[in-house]
Formats: sequence, structure tokens, C-alpha cells
Amino acid sequence: MLVEQIAVFLENKSGRLAEITAILAENAINIRALSVADTADFGILRLIVDKVEQAKAVLRENGFTVGKTQVLAVEVEDKTGGLARVLKCIKEAGINVEYMYAFVNKTGENAVLIFRFEKMEEAMATLQKEGFTILSREQICGL
Amino acid sequence: MYWQKDQECLPRPELLKLQLERLTRTLCRVANNVPFYRNKFSELNLHPEKMRSLEELRDYPFTTKQDLRDNYPYGLFAVPLRDVVRVHSSSGTTGMATVVGYSRNDIVTWSDLVARILCGAGVTPDDVIQIAFGYGLFTGGFGLHYGAERLGASVIPISSGNTKRQIQIMQDFKSTALVCTPSYALKMADVMMDMGINPNGLSLRYGLFGAEPWSEAMRQEINSRLGIRATDNYGLSEIMGPGVAGECQECNGLHINEDHFLVEVLDPDTLEPVAPGEVGELVLTTLTKEAFPVIRYRTRDLTRLITEPCPCGRTLVRMSRIMGRSDDMLIIKGVNVFPTQIEAVLFDIEGTEPHYRLIVERENNQDKLTVLVEVVESIFFDEMKKQKALVETIKKRLASELGIGVEIKLVEERSLERFEGKGARVIDKRQL
Repeated sequence: MLVEQIAVFLENKSGRLAEITAILAENAINIRALSVADTADFGILRLIVDKVEQAKAVLRENGFTVGKTQVLAVEVEDKTGGLARVLKCIKEAGINVEYMYAFVNKTGENAVLIFRFEKMEEAMATLQKEGFTILSREQICGL
Repeated sequence: MYWQKDQECLPRPELLKLQLERLTRTLCRVANNVPFYRNKFSELNLHPEKMRSLEELRDYPFTTKQDLRDNYPYGLFAVPLRDVVRVHSSSGTTGMATVVGYSRNDIVTWSDLVARILCGAGVTPDDVIQIAFGYGLFTGGFGLHYGAERLGASVIPISSGNTKRQIQIMQDFKSTALVCTPSYALKMADVMMDMGINPNGLSLRYGLFGAEPWSEAMRQEINSRLGIRATDNYGLSEIMGPGVAGECQECNGLHINEDHFLVEVLDPDTLEPVAPGEVGELVLTTLTKEAFPVIRYRTRDLTRLITEPCPCGRTLVRMSRIMGRSDDMLIIKGVNVFPTQIEAVLFDIEGTEPHYRLIVERENNQDKLTVLVEVVESIFFDEMKKQKALVETIKKRLASELGIGVEIKLVEERSLERFEGKGARVIDKRQL
């Protein structure tokens, strides 16, 4: 139950992020989660949206370089130690985290952790075995 | 002031006679000894032994850098290897190098011509010359070295690099003349300042600079900061190395050693001669070289001839300092860089036709090359680690291909202007 994420290459110049969000808004694409990784020279924007293919297409049409990757969405209770439990389990399985970001859902009861692991399949199996809730894209968009 | 006064001040009519005689001999020699020229001449039905005037040279084919590469390494040598006493190479980088050779007589001629340049610049046998050009396959170091020894000056063959030590030696050994690239001279001035050394306390009087394009403004800066008299000299390994042309103390154009090199200045597009004084591509033919004669070599350097008599008394024609290139070659830190080399490396990594731009700047008098690379999907990663690794890979590959360090800046797809046909991929911001 991997979730598709799109990534966009960004030069560090003002207005680029605003441009991307405007394009998505015009096309009625909803952003469920996002993160920006940046260096002095460039940034990488990562997005989880409700309409992946359409988002990719419109961003491409507007001249952006867009990539698609699979990430894992783990739902935990929004309580102290939620993330720590997930990471402990991952550490014990000897799996590296490439990057992660998180958001809290509307009700505020649960948090969703988005992960990119070095070994995606193995990480998913490990987390499932430990009883963690893995969300699909539909579930994320329905939150 | 002169090294070979008779030759340097030869009346023009006699010079032209001498040139015709030497040109005919050279053309006959290459027709006999070098298959490349023999084939070309016979295809064009040219008979050098029947040559009656210098103008007839215009019927002869050009030699290009590509011809030199195609005949790598020894294909254009006109003497057997046992008569070659020295081999040098162009400063061109990996895969682009061209090999040239010198006979014993060639080395003597070369030394004399460099001695002429040194004398013209004001250097005498009493001077102590610090040669901060790289020694090795590059012709700069050894060329100046032999010329300085021929002149009878004291030579410090320090080679390039290690600036603090250069300055230490300059202080301790009381160097009076400095030989290097003009940008390195300015770097030395910077380092002197950092070290708290006043250049006026040194013995330095002359600077002989070459191997890269520079400007009158830069000369003034070097002169005032180092307290010397800077002169320009010109040469290229394909023709000989340093010693092809050099400034006298008038500092107004470089006298070409015309008794050894026949000069033409041509429109790079039509290949017809330009009017006297007009800018065109310098084309040189060697008149006395034994091991590696070259006929009508297209230097790609743009210059103009100054035919007015020089107050110094030399009758040799002058050329202006190099004003640019007729191809897209860049000279960065003294190294020849072709955008096509960068293109090839990027293509290799990207797998598609890369969109890139080269920006050349001069920071603290040092050249800096930045390559802007458009990030297309094939080289885009959502993981920062991989994206940064790509930048490092490009950097390393380019550094090893070009022989100089470069900066890489990733830019968004389609953010670089598109050109129809051949694009202007180079932005040279250096103020020369």
C-alpha cells in the first residue's frame, strides 16, 4: 500500500512555490501533505495530492521538472511517543530513513507520517507485522 | 634592447625576399617529408618548387587543430624521430592534445626568438628571471627558460604554484623579472599584500606575461601594484610556443618574428585577407622549423596588424593583443576549454541533449567557470542525497576532462534561453 508522491525541482528564487500552488489550485488539485528540502542553490518540493497524474501533467505543462516516487504513510495516534515507536521498529530492522515529513489530520486524533525508506518493501512488511496502520492514497485523501 | 639586431631591423624588401626563399624551402620540405601535406598539395595540383611570390601561399590549404589531432602523435613530423630532441604538447586538455617536436636547430632558433622577446621587454644578461610558468609538456616554462639562458640571464626555474614560496624566493633571490600569466601576477600582488610585503621593496622591474588574454587596464594594474613594466608576449605550441611575437618597450603591439613566421590575417568566415589594420583571424606559417613545420595554421586567435613603423626601430610588423577567438574556445586559468567538451560530459551523464550555459567570471583576478545545468527528469531525484551526489559527479567528471575546477549550478528545466541553431552558450563576464 505504497502512496505516490510527486517531487518538483525548485531553483531558489522567489515566487516558485506560490506558482506551483496556484497551478494546483486552478486545476482543483488538493494538497494533502508537503515538504520542502532545500540547499543554498536549489530545493526539492514533495507533495501528496488527491489527483497525482493530473498534478504531474499540469506542472510539467508549466515547465517544471516533476518526478514520481513511492512513499509509505503510517498512521499513529497523535500522542507522545508515536513517531518514536515507529522509528524504533525501523531501527531494529536495520532500515535507513531517506526522508520523512508528517501532518496531523483534521480531527486531531491521529498523525500521518510520510516516509521514504532505503528499502521500501521491507519497511512496509516490518511495520505491518508490528501492527502499524499503513494508509493508502485514498485513505489519506479521505481524511 | 635587441638580441639579433640585423634580423629584427631587416629592411622590409630584404625581409620579403628572405621570407619567399624560406617559404619555398619549407613547402618543398613538407611536400617531400610529410604525407599529409604531400597528398593535399597534389590534390590541389600545387608545385611549391615553382613558387614565385609570397601571394601564391593563398592557394595552399589551411592546417587546423583537427589536422594535428588526426595525425597524433607523430604524423606531421618532417624529420625522423631520431632527429627530434624535444617533444611538447599543446596546453589542450585530455583527449584534445596535439604533439609537436623540435630538432636541435629548432631549439636554438626557439631560444633565440625568446631571447629577442626578453630583450625587447628590457631584460638584459644582468637580470634574474623568475619563471613561474609550468614546466613540462606545456611550452611556456621550457620555452622561456631556454630563451633566458640563451640571453645569459640568471634563471630561477620555480615553475607555477605555491605563491608564498614564489614571493619568498623573489625576496631572497632578488628576482628582477617575472614570467607568468598576467592573472597570476595579480594574484601574487594580492598574496604580497596579505603577507605584508611592499612590492616596492622588491628588486622586480619587468614582467613578461602571456598564455592568456588580458587588457590594457590589467597591465596598468599590474604595473602599479607590482611596480614593474609589464609586456605581453604571444606564442602557441602548434607554431613553436612563446617567442612567436612580443612587445617592445613601446608597449604598443607585439612584434611578430616574421623572419621565422609568415603572418596572414583573414576574415574567419570568408578566409579572405582583411584590410590592413582590420581585425581578423591570425594564420601562421613556419618558415624555419625543421621537425614540425606548419603551413597556414589557423590559430583561431583574433587580432589586427599594426603596420606603422615602431619607434623602437624594429621593422617586424606588430599585432595587437589577442582580441578574442574565432571559435568558441575559452581560455580559463590558462587552459583551453571548449564548450563541446562540457557538452559531451553532460550528455554522458544525462543521456539527452543537455541544456547548459557557461558563465566565466574573474573573482580576485582568478578565472571562475560556472556551469548551469538544467535539471531534466533523468537527472532529478526526490532525495537530496542523490541530487547532491549528481552535482558532485558532474563536478568531478568535468574537472578531470577539463583539467580545471568548475562550479555547478542546477537550474530549472527550460529556464535557459533556447537558441535556433548554434546557441551562444557562453557568457564571459570577464572584464578584459
